[in-house]
Amino acid sequence: MRAFTENLGRRVVGGVEEFGYGAELLVESLFWLGAGAFRQQPVHLHAIAAEMMRIGVLAIPVVTILAFANGVMMALQGIYTLRDFGAESQVIPGLAMSITREFGALIVGIVVAGRSGSAIAARIGAMQMSQEVDALRVLGVNPVRHLVAPILAAMLVMVPTLTVLADLMALTGGGILSSLQMHMSLAAYANMILANMDVFDVMQGLIKSGVFAVLITLVSCINGFSTTGGSEGLGLRTTRSVVLCIAAIVVADMIFTFFLSR
Amino acid sequence: MSAMSANAVTAADPGSAPQAVIQVENLVTYYDERRILDDVSLEVAAGEIRVIMGGSGSGKSTLLRHLLGLNRPASGSIRLFGQDLSRLSGQALFELRRKMGVSFQSGALFNSMTVGENVQFPLREHTQLDENTIRIMSRMKLEVVNLAGYENLLPAQLSGGMVKRAALARAIVMDPKLLFFDEPSAGLDPVVSAELDELILRLRESMNITIVVVTHELESALSIADKITVLDRGRILMTGSVDEVKSSTNSRVNALINRIPENESVDVDDYLRRLTRVD
Repeated sequence: MRAFTENLGRRVVGGVEEFGYGAELLVESLFWLGAGAFRQQPVHLHAIAAEMMRIGVLAIPVVTILAFANGVMMALQGIYTLRDFGAESQVIPGLAMSITREFGALIVGIVVAGRSGSAIAARIGAMQMSQEVDALRVLGVNPVRHLVAPILAAMLVMVPTLTVLADLMALTGGGILSSLQMHMSLAAYANMILANMDVFDVMQGLIKSGVFAVLITLVSCINGFSTTGGSEGLGLRTTRSVVLCIAAIVVADMIFTFFLSR
Repeated sequence: MSAMSANAVTAADPGSAPQAVIQVENLVTYYDERRILDDVSLEVAAGEIRVIMGGSGSGKSTLLRHLLGLNRPASGSIRLFGQDLSRLSGQALFELRRKMGVSFQSGALFNSMTVGENVQFPLREHTQLDENTIRIMSRMKLEVVNLAGYENLLPAQLSGGMVKRAALARAIVMDPKLLFFDEPSAGLDPVVSAELDELILRLRESMNITIVVVTHELESALSIADKITVLDRGRILMTGSVDEVKSSTNSRVNALINRIPENESVDVDDYLRRLTRVD
């Protein structure tokens, strides 16, 4: 019992410490992004561009395929479920709202967490183990400015951009399936989507995607910087990073949906 | 080589006592409950090559991390160039580190960059020099460490000795006043190790910098040091010239210098008790 309490206490303290460290990383990254140039220590644009390439551009194929397939599946399930009530046409408003508000951002969040969250944790973790992070410090270069700030900037641009792409691809997938199943033209489908969609629906997805971008950056960087214990430790931190990123995304999504849908 | 070393001390010390670049006072540090450094005090004068020696687990790497400001002490103070590290803000510490160069045990080159980019990195971060000047300066430093022509290779394509020399080129590219080496000879064959020792002496000659070398390699320590500080179990056993250390009567120093293994008497009962203990 005592061991259990001690272990629980240690984990709670560890969790609070990580939360505080995450807040520190966020504030420091935002500081360097905003004030770095004025202090002759800018966050380099080429570093941000390289991260945007890795996080965003290279994720376009997988996001396109997953979002398209998800749109098709949602349309299929909707049509078959609503057919019993003679309300098949109601699948279109359902697609318009659920994809833009929810699934576009969620698909992108999970894909980026899996692809980039693990890669970032592994890259920073390997740098930590080979003393490259220490080398940055002793060379007078702030590791947060050099490593975290470019990732945060790239995430904040690319995750919402990918979300817009995912929305479009999912709606296209749903549209093709709906037009085939309900014998309607794609133009009519597009008109119905636009008629049932609000700017706020799209904004809701984009706000969530911005939050996911911050969560993925912080969770993966915290795990990278905390890496100890050789290759086994690196593997554990990489896995932990992906699991925590996805858990954080789903929980944050639930909380935001609760407040934004009221 | 010793003559070269002695000359350099004389050159750095023309009559008056040279100002201390490093001052450590009563440094104490812990790892969990374990005391790693216990009341460590030392001073390193400008232009001096100080070797910090000790066996594995003696605390020398921890001491180096404190000197670099990477760890905070539990108590005591560390002054570099007269500035107390524990009183410096994060940014001021980064500014101070620009006067320092460090060659890590593993080299710690950035694996995603070429050798040339590694050496150019501090210049790009801290100066407004144009690309051409940066390239010329990095080539000059690579020439100094005999790595001219290797600037386009990645660290993974270099041998152990070349990695250490490339790391040294990066460490000296900003013309530091204070240079740290962590185990410069570790993992190198005797010839490459001797070349690196020669290079350290040449650097001090040409750049008149203060050098601190943390090592357990006896031969290397004896050939480059002006003064040697011997650490054992987190405490300083002695600080003195090469000859003073060699002629020390302290049994622990003798054991280290003459490579005599430690033969601790084992209490059989205590040994069995430890083996069968239930946590």
